Amino acid sequence: MPLCRNLRQVKQLLLTVSQARLASTNSFWSNVEMGPPDPILGVTEAFKRDSNPKKINLGVGAYRSDEGKPFVLESVKKADEMILKEKLDKEYAPISGIAEFCQASAKLAFGDDSNVIKNQTNATVQGISGTGSLRIGAAFLAKWFQGNKTIWLPNPSWGNHTPIMKHAGLDVKAYRYYDSKTIGFDFKGAIEDINNIPENSIILFHACAHNPTGVDPQNDQWNELSSVVKKRNLLVFMDMAYQGFASGNIDQDAYAVRQFVKDNHNILLAQSYAKNMGLYGERVGALSVVCNDKEEVDRVMSQLKIIIRPMYSNPPIGGARIAAKILTNPDLRQLWLKEVKQMADRIITMRKQLVSNLNKAGSQKNWQHITNQIGMFCFTGLNAQQVERLTKEFSIYLTKDGRISMAGITSKNNEYLANAMHECTK
Amino acid sequence: MGPPDPILGVTDAFKRDTNPKKVNLGVGAYRTDEGKPWVLESVRQAEATILKENLDKEYAAISGLAEFCQASARLAFGDDSDVIKNQTNATVQCISGTGSLRIGAAFLAKWYQGNKTVWIPNPTWGNHTSVMKHAGLDVKSYRYYDPKTIGFDFKGAIEDIKNIPETSIILFHACAHNPTGVDPQKEQWDELSSVVKNRNLFVIMDMAYQGFASGNIDEDAYAVRKFAKDKHNMFLAQSYAKNMGLYGERVGALTIVCNDKEDVDRVMSQLKIIIRPMYSNPPINGARIAAKILTNQDIRQLWLKEVKLMADRIITMRKQLVDNLQKVGSKKNWQHITDQIGMFCFTGLDQQQVERLTKEFSIYLTKDGRISMAGLTSKNIEYVANAIHECTK
Repeated sequence: MPLCRNLRQVKQLLLTVSQARLASTNSFWSNVEMGPPDPILGVTEAFKRDSNPKKINLGVGAYRSDEGKPFVLESVKKADEMILKEKLDKEYAPISGIAEFCQASAKLAFGDDSNVIKNQTNATVQGISGTGSLRIGAAFLAKWFQGNKTIWLPNPSWGNHTPIMKHAGLDVKAYRYYDSKTIGFDFKGAIEDINNIPENSIILFHACAHNPTGVDPQNDQWNELSSVVKKRNLLVFMDMAYQGFASGNIDQDAYAVRQFVKDNHNILLAQSYAKNMGLYGERVGALSVVCNDKEEVDRVMSQLKIIIRPMYSNPPIGGARIAAKILTNPDLRQLWLKEVKQMADRIITMRKQLVSNLNKAGSQKNWQHITNQIGMFCFTGLNAQQVERLTKEFSIYLTKDGRISMAGITSKNNEYLANAMHECTK
Repeated sequence: MGPPDPILGVTDAFKRDTNPKKVNLGVGAYRTDEGKPWVLESVRQAEATILKENLDKEYAAISGLAEFCQASARLAFGDDSDVIKNQTNATVQCISGTGSLRIGAAFLAKWYQGNKTVWIPNPTWGNHTSVMKHAGLDVKSYRYYDPKTIGFDFKGAIEDIKNIPETSIILFHACAHNPTGVDPQKEQWDELSSVVKNRNLFVIMDMAYQGFASGNIDEDAYAVRKFAKDKHNMFLAQSYAKNMGLYGERVGALTIVCNDKEDVDRVMSQLKIIIRPMYSNPPINGARIAAKILTNQDIRQLWLKEVKLMADRIITMRKQLVDNLQKVGSKKNWQHITDQIGMFCFTGLDQQQVERLTKEFSIYLTKDGRISMAGLTSKNIEYVANAIHECTK
């Protein structure tokens, strides 16, 4: 009978399918998808595979000396040695981190003469570098912020900002920031967009050395941004990963942070010591929440700890001890200030030399943005095809958006790079 | 204003006390017989060796230092384990035990296809519940500690586990249960493994005291290795805070045991996607020390001696406490003190007795009657025994 035969066939099919599934259940995590490859790591991996002796890696977001090597600061080495001699124990830091580090970090950012420091209205915790500080701050806002739990990021921004905010529980939107036509700051567009952000939302700024563009607002533009943000009643989150590393001067680079505080924004601030102290892998950072009064500070601190404890209990002591030593020992601090200026100056020099070499090579294009921009990164203005040529024909590795890491440029490879860029853009 | 940390509260009160005989039995960190924190010689040697190498401070990979991850997995599973031989471990460096638990729990919250409820032993480390909840898992508990016997409620545990909804998640302390000090015997672990397999439960092993409990790293890893041998779907959180004294350096590892090597790459990619927006990559310093200790033969031997030293001192304090209690005339059965293992000891004292201990004798411990053995020394043990006797006779 046709019906019976069909039923038998269906049963047979089901049995086959279930047996097949049983056979494949050896792979318990078969549902786990392969995550997308990291775009920046991909650049470094391709670089490593390249055998061209002239190859240059402009993807790396870490400082390199003029010899192309990682640089451990002398002030860091000295601090390390001093700490080793003190034969300190390795007991847990408090949940909020090493107090001496937190205090020194807040002073560095806000300035000794700031009201925040004088009145002690900063709730400061040690965080796991900039990322960790951003994450704790975002988690705090997700739980306690009574306004609009959407954070507005500049377009473009650091790739990790969006996942951090989303994982912490905030929505993410963007305001105009970079003008690809001028390869500069879209001040007009930013002001327009910010004026339209729903009141009581959260807005994030890169305090200095914008990543990935290298494009920063001028001081007077910061003043106006502060005013517009105030009018919209937005909560400000400042991400300062390059204090000292951008201009070479720690006070100059903290202008935006200090101006906003002076204008009575109760900001959140994430600090990183990865670049300006070269402490990358030590994971040194701090989160500050500027409060109205000391009583608020105590309550905020208690809630920050409640977020930290189930994440990793307490932060790593190694790097924070080094940073605290550098910031509080006058000799080491002076040495550090010299070294951070050295790093900034080398980058500024590379910018100047690149433009000069491009002109020497005969380029007719305007490369002024290279010297206008500041910090580790530079948006060259090259498009995806030009980037591909740079890589394929000249073994120069950078990200598809045309971003180069200035740290990858040395006095030895500067001319080669300029020639290559000229070839790809003439 | 958030609630104050109960354990920190104990230490704060201890600090304020001016009684010269005061004893702090709240602290969950090892102390020498002089009552001081102890940085292991093997750690100092590793540090000195690392300093000479003049390494840079570049970022570790998102998954941490590869050498550390490998050595850590080997320590837990044993060199002859199938997991190690077949390389079916997806291991990432994490921020000590807490961080390893959090990343593992977050991974389960996102990818686990079974029942997203974690069953934790009753009682358990105070932070377990918060870690699981913040990661996105529900939390329930199974019977574990029997206050009548001041020991392991094996019958109650088996009963409860048999009733856990299939495909749920269950957490075990691999050794040196915190806060009770009460561990299952080997045969009991064998049966637990079988019952858990029958219920098709996913297993979380929290191993914060490998070597620190019995003094022997293989002995302390029995449960982990047995469950791995029995092919459970599991993850393991390791901490080096206590067994290497690396507390504040935050050294730990999470291993998700896969049964297929092909799973490992995909699982690793998703673990990195959880880590990256949390803190990007882990701290290098402590992991370098741990890797050096585990892979340098001389330093490893020294470390094994030192971890045994710590375990032995604690075992000695347990024996001496019971001896002194008997010497002072106590008629109660204090056998549980020597039956229990690891940093902590559930004395069996109730809240009023604990309050007396603190108010009359300046002995500080948590309300549940838990004492940290590390706070006992050959100098204060008689005093503590006397005080306990006074409060319980």
